[in-house]
Amino acid sequence: MTIRTTLLVVFLLALAAAPFVLPEYYVTLLNYIGLGSLATLGIVLLTGIGGLTSFGQAAFVGIGAYATAYATTAWGFSPWFALPLGLFAAAACALAIGAVTLRLSGHYLPLSTIAWSLSLYYLVGNLPVLGAHDGITGLPAVSLFGVVLDDARSFSFLIWIFVLLGLLSVHNLLGSRAGRAIRCLRGRSTMAEAFGVDTTRLKVAIFVHAALLAAASGWLYAHLVRFVNPTPFGLNVGIEYLFMAVVGGVGQLAGAVVGAGVMVVLRDVLQDVAARVLGVSGAIEIVAYGVLIIVLLQNARAGIVPFVTRRLPAPEPLKVPDDAPSLPMRDRPARGETVLVADKVVRRFGGLVAVNEVSFTLKAGEILGVIGPNGAGKSTLFNLLSGVLPLTGGAISVLGRAANGLTSRAIARLGLARTFQHVQLRGDMSVLENVALGAHMRSRKGILSAILRLDRKEEGALLAEALRQLERVGLADSRNVPAGSLALGQQRIVEIARALASDPVVLLLDEPAAGLRYHEKQALAALLDSLRAEGMSILIVEHDMDFVMNLVDRLVVMEFGRPIASGVPGAVQNDPAVLEAYLGGAV
Amino acid sequence: MNSIIALLLIQDGLTMGAVYALLALVLVMVFSVTRVILVAQGELVSYGALTMASLQAGHLPGTALIAVAGGVIAAAMELWAYARGPRSRTHLVAAALYVLVPLAVFGLVAALAPQGSGAFVRVLLTLLIVVPLGPILYRVAFQPLASAPVLVLLIVAVALHFVLTGLGLIAFGAEGVRVAPLIDGMLRFGPYFLSAQALFTIAITLALIAALFVFFGSTLSGKALRATAFNEVGARLVGISTTGSGLLAFSLAALIGTVSGILIGSFATIYYDTGFIIGLKGFVAAILGGLGSYPLAAFGAVLVGLLESGSSFFASAFKDVLVFALIIPILMWRSFSAGHAEEEEE
Repeated sequence: MTIRTTLLVVFLLALAAAPFVLPEYYVTLLNYIGLGSLATLGIVLLTGIGGLTSFGQAAFVGIGAYATAYATTAWGFSPWFALPLGLFAAAACALAIGAVTLRLSGHYLPLSTIAWSLSLYYLVGNLPVLGAHDGITGLPAVSLFGVVLDDARSFSFLIWIFVLLGLLSVHNLLGSRAGRAIRCLRGRSTMAEAFGVDTTRLKVAIFVHAALLAAASGWLYAHLVRFVNPTPFGLNVGIEYLFMAVVGGVGQLAGAVVGAGVMVVLRDVLQDVAARVLGVSGAIEIVAYGVLIIVLLQNARAGIVPFVTRRLPAPEPLKVPDDAPSLPMRDRPARGETVLVADKVVRRFGGLVAVNEVSFTLKAGEILGVIGPNGAGKSTLFNLLSGVLPLTGGAISVLGRAANGLTSRAIARLGLARTFQHVQLRGDMSVLENVALGAHMRSRKGILSAILRLDRKEEGALLAEALRQLERVGLADSRNVPAGSLALGQQRIVEIARALASDPVVLLLDEPAAGLRYHEKQALAALLDSLRAEGMSILIVEHDMDFVMNLVDRLVVMEFGRPIASGVPGAVQNDPAVLEAYLGGAV
Repeated sequence: MNSIIALLLIQDGLTMGAVYALLALVLVMVFSVTRVILVAQGELVSYGALTMASLQAGHLPGTALIAVAGGVIAAAMELWAYARGPRSRTHLVAAALYVLVPLAVFGLVAALAPQGSGAFVRVLLTLLIVVPLGPILYRVAFQPLASAPVLVLLIVAVALHFVLTGLGLIAFGAEGVRVAPLIDGMLRFGPYFLSAQALFTIAITLALIAALFVFFGSTLSGKALRATAFNEVGARLVGISTTGSGLLAFSLAALIGTVSGILIGSFATIYYDTGFIIGLKGFVAAILGGLGSYPLAAFGAVLVGLLESGSSFFASAFKDVLVFALIIPILMWRSFSAGHAEEEEE
């Protein structure tokens, strides 16, 4: 048994024993830790992993609590019937709010969460039907298999079963196809879209998941204290959930439980000390609370959990099944068939014509190089081909199908895969998982099957495919290390493996040799050469003349957005226009 | 609603909007220079109002003591940095300033406060007490985290807000205060009344905005701040101290927060925790400007002010619902018209 599993088992045993052995007071604290963990888990998923900062988590807790409060008191529903009602209400609100606000960029999103959570708070506080600021009292107790859970001890089990189910759901989700894509939402969404990930849909999905966790916490809270009023669902509490996540370790599942535990206990101790030592309460503990958070973040910025896990042995690497089925493959064009056509492609930025009537064709089994000095428009051309930027004029077609105006996601589906000039790997994910993301659109299991673990067969196939591509590029030995720990040259190769995992017809490489050392360049050239031999079509945008000249079949040379020469390397090398562009004019 | 009420509402909206505009400008500036979303800006506003009111009542404001305590902590951090080397004299000078300035102010206030003094002296004392808190807060809370992600800085800013709120409660108690207006009286135009203090507030705001404009456009420090905001690494390479820029940005934030507090305190009752919602509305205005554009932030602030005064008349119970809910469509418009989303590195 590894240290990690031992820790988990000890934690579970302690949790099971706690309600029997601890005094009532501590069981109550434990209950509040559980409630906080559940809501904070949503923040970990949403903010820590998905990169969407939300101050509004408490509002969803409130929706869950108010739904059950109203349904059980006004309509006399059983709490168990009110639970799905509350979950449904929260999911519906999250869908509506998410559809409107999750497309907001940058700082608009956190602000919008403040805006709607404050609105909801003031709304509930002023609605007579929900008891306004006084709230709703007299909620029934929950009973389970005939046992009435009306004290802190028995309720503790219910709370922690929910917490564990919540943890399991997020854990399962993250270790799946959808989970890998979710982990790329933070700072890597352009890359994710280029591999067929619908990032907007995923954002909404994790927002809904976070809301469901919060609503479950609210349902539990309402039946624990048996009354609700707006205060526990205000903005301050939303901020506190964010605190819990950051203190625990915002990217870590365990961070939710640790963060909630530390903050609930801390607050309690501070209240106690303030009341006992100073005889007053209210102000001192808020000050101490704030000071402690500042000190903690100044000294352990990533939170408590990473501070501990850094000292543990690395987790078990992912197992790749030997007998995994292979993923579907697309039909490959015959060698020499035209796969990519650019016809008088134009892109303007205001008055600047960055790409001016560039035309070329790429045939199957060929490497075409696009070179030019800095500012020639190579990267813009690359972004046009991969669908990151829309065309101003001209046409692009892939395998005879028009690709104009398509999103990068749709272009990826046509069979184009790309790498990035600035390496876009998820540095904290293993090399294997990074490559597996490339095969995202060759599989289809979604979030629900991931949570219920109905995706294992397909997941095995994805990992096996990723491993196959790593073997193809010669990096299979590094599959279990974090991608960020590789040298830049190897990271570029991982990017190529990820692109290959999408089973592309055309490989677009954006300055793959930039920043590589001499023998790394040689290894890269050998790899590309062998891919060509296998029939892959490659378009390579490069800067490094030597690298390109010895590798490509044909070249397009650009300067100031225009094509100035094209042809086989030997002819282009002696072209007067090219010499002028590179050497500053005929001498 | 008749035109008299309409004028009153517009006057209210514009006055509050002017103050929000000041706060929004500061938030934009602090964010672009230090990447800190200064949630605690609101506390500097309430400290300004509470300190002024306390001086008007002839008391010694607790903020003077808070500044001394903060200064001692900041000085200790400077000495610690000195002890761990490089033994730069700057640390010693800074440590001395952090201790001596708040102490000198404390002495001055203790001597002057009970005597009762003119409005001008009180404004000056208030500024002397609260403004040093700006650099002290930056030194203590944010300087050690200069390279942290925006989310961590935001959490620290929220924690700082808690600290300052708690200290405010200890120093001033839970009762609200009103600041006596600096200028009394009404101007009368036929059936319409304009409050002199409202006009004064708008005038001061415009003057401060103009001063900021000159500061950023024509002074070396202002240009250094802009350079830091534009490209922090580049600024460092040409010899601009980013720590110095942070300290300056926070000093300006404290200065403008205090002035806003003194002005706003004569329209609204200020409690130790009022600052948060005021700061939040400034924040809303700043976001409407995209946290980057000063004129748009000012425009957003006026919009928030008008929205608030309008909805307080039509549906006062739902005033804050309306203010915050109406922001969402505006946000969406801002977000979509801003176009391409920039990707933030983790």
